[in-house]
Amino acid sequence: MGLFKKKVNDFPTPYTVTAAAREGGMETKLSMLIMGWGNIMHKQAAKGLIYLAVEVLYLVFMITTGFHCIAMLPSLGSVEQQEVWNEALQIYEYTQGDNSVLILLYGVATIMLTLLMVWFWRETVKSAYKAECLDKEGRHVNTFMEDIKTLGHENAHRLLMTPSLVFIFGLTVLPLIFMICMAFTNYSKLDNHLVLFDWVGLDNFKALFDSGSILGSTFWSVLAWTLVWAFFATFTNYIFGMILAIVINRDGTRAKGFWRFCFVLSCAVPSFVSLLIMRTMLQPNGAVNVLLRNLGWIASDSSLPFFTDPTWARVTVIVINIWVGVPYTLLQLTGVLQNIPAELYEAARVDGANAVQIFFKITLPYMLFVTTPYLIATFTGNVNNFNIIYLLSGGDPVVDLASTAGSTDLLVTWLYKLTIDKQYYNIGAVIGILTFIILAVGALLTYRNSKSYKDEEGF
Amino acid sequence: MAGKKQRSAKRVRTVNNTIVHIALAILAVIWVFPIAWVVLTSFRAEKGSYVSTFLPKSYTLANYAKLFTDTTILNFPKMFGNTLFIAICSCVLSTFYVLSVSYCLSRLRFKMRKPYMNMAMVLGLFPGFMSMVAVYFILKALGLSEGGLIRLALILCYSGGAGLGFQIAKGFFDTIPLAIDEAALIDGCTRWQIFWKITLPLSKPVIVYTVLTAFIGPWVDFIFAKVICRANADYYTVAIGLWRMLEKEYIDNWYTCFAAGAVLISIPIAALFLFMQRYYVNGMSGAVKG
Repeated sequence: MGLFKKKVNDFPTPYTVTAAAREGGMETKLSMLIMGWGNIMHKQAAKGLIYLAVEVLYLVFMITTGFHCIAMLPSLGSVEQQEVWNEALQIYEYTQGDNSVLILLYGVATIMLTLLMVWFWRETVKSAYKAECLDKEGRHVNTFMEDIKTLGHENAHRLLMTPSLVFIFGLTVLPLIFMICMAFTNYSKLDNHLVLFDWVGLDNFKALFDSGSILGSTFWSVLAWTLVWAFFATFTNYIFGMILAIVINRDGTRAKGFWRFCFVLSCAVPSFVSLLIMRTMLQPNGAVNVLLRNLGWIASDSSLPFFTDPTWARVTVIVINIWVGVPYTLLQLTGVLQNIPAELYEAARVDGANAVQIFFKITLPYMLFVTTPYLIATFTGNVNNFNIIYLLSGGDPVVDLASTAGSTDLLVTWLYKLTIDKQYYNIGAVIGILTFIILAVGALLTYRNSKSYKDEEGF
Repeated sequence: MAGKKQRSAKRVRTVNNTIVHIALAILAVIWVFPIAWVVLTSFRAEKGSYVSTFLPKSYTLANYAKLFTDTTILNFPKMFGNTLFIAICSCVLSTFYVLSVSYCLSRLRFKMRKPYMNMAMVLGLFPGFMSMVAVYFILKALGLSEGGLIRLALILCYSGGAGLGFQIAKGFFDTIPLAIDEAALIDGCTRWQIFWKITLPLSKPVIVYTVLTAFIGPWVDFIFAKVICRANADYYTVAIGLWRMLEKEYIDNWYTCFAAGAVLISIPIAALFLFMQRYYVNGMSGAVKG
């Protein structure tokens, strides 16, 4: 198990927070309270002043709004919006009530900001200690301009990573934490909890796992179908794509470029366009049924139930996924196939191996070795494949009218229906978390044991 | 004896080749069929969504004309403009993010490197739009959910997570020999100069790939656009427009226009895709050797 290896610090430095606390001088210890003080005392006034300014800004923010935001988190607000009769104007006025969503959002944001501040505080203490040590040893202490110049070289990663990190934290991590919090509240249309809601602990998880209720049974059937779908969608594409790539690539095939073009053309069309086209073609009166009727293969008033019969619908989406996905697989596997060293094949042929043996002993193992990370990515991609289901069948047909999911609904499309259409935000969040857990357990184990992770710098 | 054997082996090969070519032809027809059908439909003169014949009875260009002139219900030219603007802005931003992050992860060694890569992988496992509702609330709290700022909100959405999609560009940078960097370092280059003057000029394929994928994103996404635009029809992108044409109240009048619109946005994207196809393959399997 490579998961719990002992951590080795690849970047040792003598300037740590503990060392600063143990051996630092008075000014370094003081800069734990007044950030930047140590730097100001040791020829780094500009840097120190910036640190100090950040601290002041943070404190001002916390005192004016921050503490209030955090204090509201446990209760998530309790004041309802109320009508008040205004005597002077002779009208009803609405007082501003609490809005739990915003309280939760601001609270989570404030906590993230505070964690960021803790990290920043550690950096300033280290910086102060470093300045003190260098100054006392009589070595050169970087001026502010020199510090900025290091951004082009030793600290280039800070310059290059920061902008994208800011966005990732603001638009990916923060919303995700916010949604995870939602899973533990009763934020939903049920019992009218859209404005004010409370923490409910693990109740939503219990409701979902209780297979006696409608929600619970829906969950288990959707989960089962999601896994079946992901398995078939991944491996039908992979096998079919590989066969196609090998057939096009073999020596006897003429006009390789033309065949590849025919298949690739279909993935050049944006997938939502081709999926919408497919959907209209497969309707009871769509092009495919019309064609079959004109050919006389089915009676002129009947139609094949592509999206109206549960089993038909499930097979249809898997088949259409082959249509959508095989060109991509073909493109990727062609590159891999052409990279297999030709000596291997020559040696095998000299030893008298036939085509089947060559395939199973050379081609397949090589392909699996190279494409394992790709397979995992495709599998997770398919579990989260929103587009194909939503645009093709929309989760239909709905068999059990009481449940909120149709028979082709995946966890993700069900999540979408629950949050956007039904406004059961809490249940939606729980499903999101469970999807994540299912994927994470599988992916982490396979990925971390794969060669491409361990041997990242192997070549 | 030997000659006979050779001849029969040859016949087997010819038979095999014929079978393979026939099978490929059948498959190719299946794959091209829906595309051919939508192109035909876009020129169809008869109105309505479902017709009883497979091939159109008469052909016309009116569907394309209607798409650009009839702006009363669904303003396609405006949607086109919106999408173009959003695509260009988010393409510039995300290309910058992807390239700088991939360069750092490929070439520089720093403390946050492995944690960052693990974080990117973990975040990739969450359903993409699980946090969409939360993103909407955040953009609303920042005041970006009304009026012209919706465009900015969409740009932020499309480019915000770009730094997490570094895998292909990083894989490409990994194949550029380290010796080049080392030589430059000895000659006194800074990391920043190496990035600008050596790595980027050597990485044209992956830059093209990154730019094009980022550019295509806004044209083909409609979930984010739908959640963020809500009812503000002025800021709809092409994808929502096409989706709306298939809604019950519009489908009878707009179905052939939908086909026309689909053809119109597919042509540039198909051209871009066919152009970057080799980069796509190269990007996946490592490119510059030696």
